[in-house]
Amino acid sequence: MRTEIQTVSLRSRLGRQLQHGDLIFRIVALLFAVLVVVLLGAIIAVTWHGSADARHAFGWRFLTTSVWNPVNGQFGALPAIYGTIVSSIIALLFAAPLGVMIAIFLNALCPAKLRMPIGMMVELLAAIPSVVYGMWGVFVFIPFFRSYISTPISKTVGSALPLFSGPVNVGRGLLVAGIILAIMILPTIAAISRDVLAVVPNSQREAMLALGATRWEVIRHADLPYARAGIVGGMMLGLGRALGETMAATMVIGNTPKIHASLFQPATTAASLIASQLPNANTELHSSALIFLALVLFLITLVANSIARALVWRVSRTGSGA
Amino acid sequence: MAQAFVGRRYRRRVLVNRLMLVLTVLATVISLVPLVLIIFYVAQQGIGSLSIDFLTHTFRPISFGTTSTGGGVLHAIVGTVIIVGFSLLLAAPIGIMAGIYLAEYPGNTASTAIRFCVDVLSAMPSIVVGVTAYVLIVQRVKSFSGFAGSVALIVLMVPIITRTTEEILRLVPQTSREAAIALGAPKWRTTLTIVLPMALSGIATGVLLAFARAAGETAPLLVTVLGNNNLTYDLFGPMQALPLLAYRYTEQPYKVLNQQAWGAAFLLVVIVLGINILVRIFTRTRSPR
Repeated sequence: MRTEIQTVSLRSRLGRQLQHGDLIFRIVALLFAVLVVVLLGAIIAVTWHGSADARHAFGWRFLTTSVWNPVNGQFGALPAIYGTIVSSIIALLFAAPLGVMIAIFLNALCPAKLRMPIGMMVELLAAIPSVVYGMWGVFVFIPFFRSYISTPISKTVGSALPLFSGPVNVGRGLLVAGIILAIMILPTIAAISRDVLAVVPNSQREAMLALGATRWEVIRHADLPYARAGIVGGMMLGLGRALGETMAATMVIGNTPKIHASLFQPATTAASLIASQLPNANTELHSSALIFLALVLFLITLVANSIARALVWRVSRTGSGA
Repeated sequence: MAQAFVGRRYRRRVLVNRLMLVLTVLATVISLVPLVLIIFYVAQQGIGSLSIDFLTHTFRPISFGTTSTGGGVLHAIVGTVIIVGFSLLLAAPIGIMAGIYLAEYPGNTASTAIRFCVDVLSAMPSIVVGVTAYVLIVQRVKSFSGFAGSVALIVLMVPIITRTTEEILRLVPQTSREAAIALGAPKWRTTLTIVLPMALSGIATGVLLAFARAAGETAPLLVTVLGNNNLTYDLFGPMQALPLLAYRYTEQPYKVLNQQAWGAAFLLVVIVLGINILVRIFTRTRSPR
């Protein structure tokens, strides 16, 4: 009896929705939206399937061995993973403090007239195509860096510290790549830090001011703790961007799949190894290994971005940073 | 005694305050330097290599020592327009409809899952997308093609369009929807004739930003489109594109080609920054992150 009524009411609701076309519209919109899920699923399925040869041939050893020799069919991804992580961390070391400082400046100190243009300029940095950063790195930054920074440092500090040892050669290497990546991820960190600093309630600042705090103390003890989780999230988003960045890294890092102690030596990243070798891969195993590397890169960026999203989300939803 | 102590502490606090405030200004200036340098350098080098020949001719063979070949980048401009245009045709409807679904039917399991996928897609390294298109199309057909590049660009554009569409639709006042429904309009009609027109400029913004992003992408094209020195309109063969040409010519030892690379980079920067600046001035929205 009861179920009968329910089915009748359900049928009439369905009928009404169908009659008005609402159900059809909803289903059509849903189909398009599901396409987005299909795209993501296709990427995961294709890279998983395409990397089967390399996964069966090397297994976990792929991630821990460091010989990359397409001629002998030996593929170890450690140099690429090392290069990816080290260049991204260098980028973060430069960009994180600068980005947060810009956000503080724009939020608390900047004259109202300058706020719009400066904020806009910083964000426009994010829109410039990465190949342009790469070109600037190749033609302008590397020659400058080699003559004035890396050569003098490798000749003095480098003789004692292997981290900065020479020879500098053409100047392409990990540190240069890290600095170019830093310029590229700076806007991401600055923009997100600025957004989360903007939601700090004024009462927090006023309480500090009432206690006689200086402007810096207000920033240090009211703004920053409140927005901390969001700022860290912005840094992780920047890190995610640096990990996956391809062109700028490819053009300035030197593309040599070897691990060197020195930051001035050429290296490679996962993305740039794929970009430079995949179009010329002759053997099945070679392309399969590169596809496997793409899968690994995807997983690394997924982890970084998930942490970032969770942190930013926590601040912007509840407004309480931990 | 106590007073001197307080005074000393106070002076220290004021000093730290000054120091840190100066540091933030310094950090901002330091960060703006590369931007100014890059734009200045691109403009200086790029404008120098612009000419009628540059825009209307394709590649011409060169030898060492020549200062001008009379060659140009027309093939790359045509390639970029075809590749990005084709992906825009497919990405715009997918992205807009997905955005409509997320904004108009929020709060169910499907929309939460879809939003998560959009987030993951938008943070996906572009080279991974390129690899996927390479495996799916280039390896199957055994030929590099502009079409494979278009497919990769679709994946990069859809999340941008979806997110801006969703955000803009959320800004349409609920009262407008209620007014339409009160007049007896079904939901689909409300959405298509009331909500969408109100949000049209915002949606166009998202599509433009996606176009700007895709036009500058190099990595996915590198492994799918490959490059081509001849003018071609065939989407199913190797093509040339502006960012790809800029990369290839940068790696060349010929000064003439390096100069043309700067010309291509200048065109790219003008397109991309032009769209971004226009969008900001007219709508005051920011590209989604």
